[in-house]
Amino acid sequence: MTTPAPTPTTEKTADTSATAAALALGDDALVLSHRLGEWAGHAPVLEEEVALANIALDLLGQARVMLSLAGDEDELAYLREERAFRNLQLVEQPNGDFAHTIARQLYFSTYQKLLYGQLATGDSELAGLAAKAVKEVAYHQDHAEQWTLRLGDGTEESHRRMQRACEALWRFTGEMFQPVDGVDIDWQDTERTWLASVTSVLRQATLTVPEGPRTGAWAAGAGRQGLHTEPFGRMLAEMQHLHRSHPGATW
Amino acid sequence: MTAHDWPLWEVFVRSRRGLSHTHAGSLHAPDAQMALRNARDLYTRRSEGVSIWVVPSTAVTASSPDEKDSFFEPAGDKPYRHPTFYEIPEGVKHL
Repeated sequence: MTTPAPTPTTEKTADTSATAAALALGDDALVLSHRLGEWAGHAPVLEEEVALANIALDLLGQARVMLSLAGDEDELAYLREERAFRNLQLVEQPNGDFAHTIARQLYFSTYQKLLYGQLATGDSELAGLAAKAVKEVAYHQDHAEQWTLRLGDGTEESHRRMQRACEALWRFTGEMFQPVDGVDIDWQDTERTWLASVTSVLRQATLTVPEGPRTGAWAAGAGRQGLHTEPFGRMLAEMQHLHRSHPGATW
Repeated sequence: MTAHDWPLWEVFVRSRRGLSHTHAGSLHAPDAQMALRNARDLYTRRSEGVSIWVVPSTAVTASSPDEKDSFFEPAGDKPYRHPTFYEIPEGVKHL
């Protein structure tokens, strides 16, 4: 008697694309969490430092759940090489001045909210996490929006810096809408909604919506394929240094 | 405008429905909306609250420590104002 052969191919494909999705979105959250954590001890005021640290911790919590779906969270976070990370190039960009951090937050949290909102209503492995995380991310977006309005429509200097930050990060925003394997949503529609939302906030903040390219030769974007920008290597070195020097260390 | 120019706000948090708002502390913020958000991050991180009020510290009129004697001491020797001079009827548990 022969047992019916299992169908490894289809199962494997489903598993692989679920892993790919968890890895891509998990890496986004992990890397941005680390960047925001760099503000600890350096934020302009104590209240804002706590706000940024709170956001970083929310993201770290999301990263842990997603990386655990993809494998061993510690191994994935601390022992992968730069080329194995699947995060967007936007989230690895250095903090810059406060305006750069806020522009990065505005672009990314708007994207993440749309993404999680759609994942939460689906039936993927990430639906549970997305349903919980979308509330956290809604607050992140509100925080970024409030600051964008105040910096854009604030003093001459804050307006100039906020405008500069929005322009500088604009070319990293097209990459966000490259379809992620395992995330079954309408990416074009998501991009349209994102653009409308960000445009509305920038206009309200008396800022000019950047005109530079978001996709194409002059735009950034291959983070999902493992290609990263120069500052990412330095960030990883700092993030992974302790674990690599003292493997398995506990306290 | 630097952080040192930011006004001070008093934060009141209601921990559960049915309870009153209680003073939780104070913080700096550029305006009321940001004060609310800072209060959320500083005072309700461990799910301490269901509602927050923020009030400019300058709007608070406080009793003066110098007037402490005339303000509070006269109440000190009037124990009959405390509801302790009657017997609690049997069967009343939560009084």
